[in-house]
Amino acid sequence: MPVPASWYVSLSVLLFVIGTVGVLVSRNAIVMLMGIEVMLNAGNLVLVVGARTWGLEDALIYTFLVMTVAAAEAAVGLALVIAMFRRTKSLDLDSLKTLSG
Amino acid sequence: MNLVPWILMFPLAGFLLLGVGRRRWPNAWAGKLASGAVFLSFATAVWVFADLLSLPPEARSVKLVLFDWLTVGRFSVEAALLVDPLSMVMALVVTGVGFLIHVYSIGYMHDDPDVVRFFTYLNLFMFMMLTLVLGANYLLMYVGWEGVGLCSYLLIGFWYTKESAAQAGKKAFIVNRVGDFGFALGLFLLFWQVGSLDFGVVSQSAATVFVAGGGVITAICLLLFLGATGKSAQIPLYTWLPDAMEGPTPVSALIHAATMVTAGVYMVARSASLFVLSPQAMGVVAAIGAATALFAATIAITQTDIKKVLAYSTISQLGYMFVACGVGAFGAGIFHLMTHAFFKALLFLGAGSVIMGMHHEQDMTVMGGLSKAMPQTHRVMLIATLAICGIIPLSGFVSKDAILWAAFAGGPFHSTVIWGVCLLAAVLTAFYMFRMYFLTFRGPARWPHGLHPHESPAVMVRPLLVLAFLSVVGGFVGWPHALGGSDHFAHFLEPVWPPLPEGAHAAMSTEWFLMALTLVVVTFGILASRHFYLTQPAVAAAWSARLRLLKSLLSHKYYVDEIYDALFVRPLVGLGRACWQLGDRGLIDGVAHGLGHTARLLGQVGSRLQSGAVRNYILVFTFGVVLVLGYYALALSR
Repeated sequence: MPVPASWYVSLSVLLFVIGTVGVLVSRNAIVMLMGIEVMLNAGNLVLVVGARTWGLEDALIYTFLVMTVAAAEAAVGLALVIAMFRRTKSLDLDSLKTLSG
Repeated sequence: MNLVPWILMFPLAGFLLLGVGRRRWPNAWAGKLASGAVFLSFATAVWVFADLLSLPPEARSVKLVLFDWLTVGRFSVEAALLVDPLSMVMALVVTGVGFLIHVYSIGYMHDDPDVVRFFTYLNLFMFMMLTLVLGANYLLMYVGWEGVGLCSYLLIGFWYTKESAAQAGKKAFIVNRVGDFGFALGLFLLFWQVGSLDFGVVSQSAATVFVAGGGVITAICLLLFLGATGKSAQIPLYTWLPDAMEGPTPVSALIHAATMVTAGVYMVARSASLFVLSPQAMGVVAAIGAATALFAATIAITQTDIKKVLAYSTISQLGYMFVACGVGAFGAGIFHLMTHAFFKALLFLGAGSVIMGMHHEQDMTVMGGLSKAMPQTHRVMLIATLAICGIIPLSGFVSKDAILWAAFAGGPFHSTVIWGVCLLAAVLTAFYMFRMYFLTFRGPARWPHGLHPHESPAVMVRPLLVLAFLSVVGGFVGWPHALGGSDHFAHFLEPVWPPLPEGAHAAMSTEWFLMALTLVVVTFGILASRHFYLTQPAVAAAWSARLRLLKSLLSHKYYVDEIYDALFVRPLVGLGRACWQLGDRGLIDGVAHGLGHTARLLGQVGSRLQSGAVRNYILVFTFGVVLVLGYYALALSR
């Protein structure tokens, strides 16, 4: 008996919420990047489920797009984290407040 | 004839040379260079004049087109010079008297550190004045008209560090603007009607374009005359001229007595073909002229500043010239303009000599008895005073008598009332001029102990002698028929005027009688003056105490300055202040500042959001996404 689509979607929602909460509550820049990865993959999961269950082929294309973006985001994000660490000697995002208006 | 442009070019060259190298010229050279330029101009004018005389009378009007100046559609103006008897008389007077005054200025301005600037302005004035009189159309005349106004402003305020001089310069300029506005409107109207501003075209087509006595021609003439009242200091725009005496005395002589202030008379005479078509305008011209002649003469009686007396006397004499134009005797007006240039320039230069001899004292109440200290100045001043009073056979007698005769019967628009007013003004002229003479040169010396008045140097006295000679013989060129002359001057100018209706025919005996009457009343004025100010000064004091009210009215110049101040100046200043406070500061600055303030306020609020804490941004962003998605979710599920 195949797993119903609603389960997948529920898992995806759960993952997305976990990712969001992770981004919101963590002070650590790397944890925040991880949260973002989780959110992106939650989105990917929905797209793949949609493609399998309802035959939406173009959703697969979007999956690849999201993966590419996620890879680029991770590269840029990690570079930013390194640059930030060089400057502040910490990974705490709250130490970056010099851009206040 | 081809030399005509050089009359203009010499002063222009002088102006440019002096102006460009203002800081390089040694002070001693400036006067010589400027005088030289004007002398060359005068010599050229004489040459051209001789050329003009060699032509037959009816061909004596030569237009010299230099280049096309402006062409816009139907509107076309040439830069052209007109040589005819009228413009040549003016050019000769301007350059001749101008040259003498330039020479005199070398002595008078000798100690001034800024003498180069003085002569620069003086040469610019000569150029502009010659443009005014030699231009062949109204627009060129207008250029010169504004140019001499500018020079007048610059020279009145020559000693600009003196508050009163700077104020007087401004007053002259602003009062003249009123007149110039009328002049400009008159020109617009004229161009609209005739389609040209060329003197020749206007005078030829005037009679066909305009209905004689119609509203349009009267409006044009009155507007032109308004311009003349400004430049020539007539009622109601005369108030600037007495204040203009703040300028150096040679300037008063050149600009505010001999040449520039007569520009209005020249303009009216030049527009004779227009004015004769409007008897109403002619009446206004004569009435204003006569009223000014009398009005200014009464004020002159109580003035104690020697230059102020002469200033009011100038206004009064200019009134005579307008009377002449108004009664249709344009030739007599120009004749008086010429003789007046001689004797009034002499009077002013003589007064300058007195002021210098008295070590810069202008108050006549501390003069007296100067005839011994300054014998030469005294002699020429006496001649000039007799000339302006109109004592036979000096030049003033001949020209003033021509005007009085024209007003009584000779002119086409003659009027006995005008004549009576002029006769009264002549008596007053004799009275106040001799008052000035007695107070300055005769009687006991009233100057403070230790002051040693001295005669002026030769460079100043020689021009005085030449002008004195001209004041004596100047009248003989127009010696009247009634006294066995042939009235050359009037006949010489005749081709310039439009055909005029004949004046009333009167017997020669009437003319003789009027001359004798004038001489008698003028002599009476002189004797009265002698009685009051020389032999019985106590009587004068008693009279002025008895007529205290009248005297205070006169010495305050009828309070005209105060009335103008209350009627025009203060409201305008108030309006300006209101515009500044309400319009400029309130509205314009308010809008500009308001925009700035609003932007800054928005920025301040916005900058609060920009906390710099990344996690705050994420939180807000997330809430935003939730809100938007929630809204769509609700909207779709419905």
